[in-house]
Amino acid sequence: MSGQNGAPLLSVQGAKTYYGKIIALKGVDVDVHKGEIVTLIGANGAGKSTLMMTICGNPRAREGKVLFEGRDITNLPTHEIARLRIAQSPEGRRIFPRMTVLENLQMGAALDNLAHFDQDVERMFTLFPRLKERVAQRGGTLSGGEQQMLAIARALMARPKLLMLDEPSLGLAPLIVKQIFDVIGELNRTEGLTVFLVEQNAYHALKLAHRGYVLVNGLVTMTGTGRELLQKPEIRAAYLEGGAH
Amino acid sequence: MAAEGTANKHGPDIAAAVKDALLSGLVALALFGPLVGLRTEQNIRNELAIQQRWGLVAAIVGTIVVGRFLLLTLVWPAMAARKQHQSTIPDTGPSTLRQAVSRWFAPASVVFLFLYPVLIVSALGFQGSLKWVDNFGIQILIYVMLGWGLNIVVGLAGLLDLGYVAFYAVGAYSYALLSSHFGLSFWILLPMAGIFAALWGIMLGFPVLRLRGDYLAIVTLAFGEIIRLVLINWRDFTNGSTGISSIPKVTLFGIKFDASPDGFAKMFDLPISSAYYKIFLYYLILLLALLTAFVTIRLRKLPVGRAWEALREDEIACRSLGINTTNTKLTAFALGAMFAGFAGSFFAARQGFVSPESFTFMESAIIVAIVVLGGMGSMVGVALAAVAMIGGTELLRELDFLKTIFGDNFDPSQFRMLIFGLAMVAVMIWKPRGFVSSRDPTIFLSEKKVISGSLVKEGHG
Repeated sequence: MSGQNGAPLLSVQGAKTYYGKIIALKGVDVDVHKGEIVTLIGANGAGKSTLMMTICGNPRAREGKVLFEGRDITNLPTHEIARLRIAQSPEGRRIFPRMTVLENLQMGAALDNLAHFDQDVERMFTLFPRLKERVAQRGGTLSGGEQQMLAIARALMARPKLLMLDEPSLGLAPLIVKQIFDVIGELNRTEGLTVFLVEQNAYHALKLAHRGYVLVNGLVTMTGTGRELLQKPEIRAAYLEGGAH
Repeated sequence: MAAEGTANKHGPDIAAAVKDALLSGLVALALFGPLVGLRTEQNIRNELAIQQRWGLVAAIVGTIVVGRFLLLTLVWPAMAARKQHQSTIPDTGPSTLRQAVSRWFAPASVVFLFLYPVLIVSALGFQGSLKWVDNFGIQILIYVMLGWGLNIVVGLAGLLDLGYVAFYAVGAYSYALLSSHFGLSFWILLPMAGIFAALWGIMLGFPVLRLRGDYLAIVTLAFGEIIRLVLINWRDFTNGSTGISSIPKVTLFGIKFDASPDGFAKMFDLPISSAYYKIFLYYLILLLALLTAFVTIRLRKLPVGRAWEALREDEIACRSLGINTTNTKLTAFALGAMFAGFAGSFFAARQGFVSPESFTFMESAIIVAIVVLGGMGSMVGVALAAVAMIGGTELLRELDFLKTIFGDNFDPSQFRMLIFGLAMVAVMIWKPRGFVSSRDPTIFLSEKKVISGSLVKEGHG
């Protein structure tokens, strides 16, 4: 599916992002093509989440550009970027804790006219059967894994053209991580969903992804197919040794 | 605490309790001896003379010793026993009675509120009903409405607004000024007052959009004070702290409630009484409050209402889901302010007099307290809190019999703030999330399937 011909769906070009005077991204180039799973790996503080937030316009890139379907979205407000069907499952899940599972899903579909709401909810329940069992429960009472499933399902409710996931494996048991990554892979194969995945769990992420980028100190230091990156000794040493579960 | 522990097993331990009680008495003696026992007073020669009041100290210390002893030997063991007894009963979830109460409480209350004046009048006659309809009914309902209005801003959208009374003032002055200068009727000015207040809500909303939590609270607090100070100092326009008096009354389809030949009483051949007007006002504020409730309940099910609640939960998540948080906040401010404007114009019409005195920070604090005590976001809870707070205050005025005990200088309503504070502390200890802390979901699965036991296994992960 990693057809690289044609313009990319999402293209980050030379993005520089600052927090005040501190530079977090020092000119990053990342392309995501339609139908691809692209992962971004890197250590803590490398700027992974900052890149993801920059794509969403909060904070904005001070230099460089973010293009989506060829359109410059660098200076659009966050909610308008979301309306271009870039769905985000933010770091730390950020589900609505006092709302029920169903209400959380409804918030995900807030952009749409709810015409296919019931149908989409059914689809989420097929993907994540656990959510169906918890449908009337408040989001805050779910387990960590269930909350992550809910965060992804909520993002999918918008029928996104691009799904961005920020560390979906954070704090979850390996079995649950596998379940979640399986669902993402399946959605990509069957529906051609484009995914941009930010991860610390390099092994799982690179196995799943068509292509990967390695971010170190605000710069992309390496790129290649998931398989290539998995073989590289630098990657193995920095991110995988002792961690290949 | 040790005494408590042993008491659970072998009944109260008298010796330990006596020791504990005497110790408390000693502490009390050391504390109250100098504070209460010695009192300085100026004598005729303007000298300070020490007056000794050991009788009073003995009474206080005695009460504390006996009270502590009773607590240790009777009250705490009984409470512990009850707790133990309760925990042996298996928890079967909410009982059917409880479910019935929560289902029927709101509709039953509405029916009761519509019948309330009829009941009071039939029990006490028209003159006797005045106090109960006016001081209790109307007064409480105004605060119910204000509570429900602020509930949109604080309870649903989660924006702490400490200057809500400003919009109440805008509504009141809109009616007072426009009706006395241009003679416009209440029914035209009611929506206008709401619109004015909503505009002020948006004007306040714009500069504070970027603020949250404490910062927002401070700015709204300042806004409330600014409005009040403008009302005091802009004398040409608002008549300053003297206020505006003889504001026209509300009419019912052009019928006036006065003693004139075409007034309400003459028209229906009734004896002259001010009770008709009060009862009319009662129904008017009841309908206004119900309108607030109806609009809130409807909006909660629409995208804007859902966005408010999502905003309260997580602003960043809202933005990443494509919700325009700016507009969401502004609509919350505007709608909350609009209902305060309605209530304000009603207030002006009812009092016939407005002055900046009525719109102090204290009012804002009471309304916020009503919303917080009621349980943020719960309509029934807010209404109950308004009844407790405002009704309680009014009840204090009724406790004249206490004067026979405490002497003529005793005025129970002076203790209002003390009781208010105690009640707040008590509620925050036992009901930290307010009277009604549960939140009703606004959407359910359309097909109600029975979930089989095997599917509802314990979640892991």
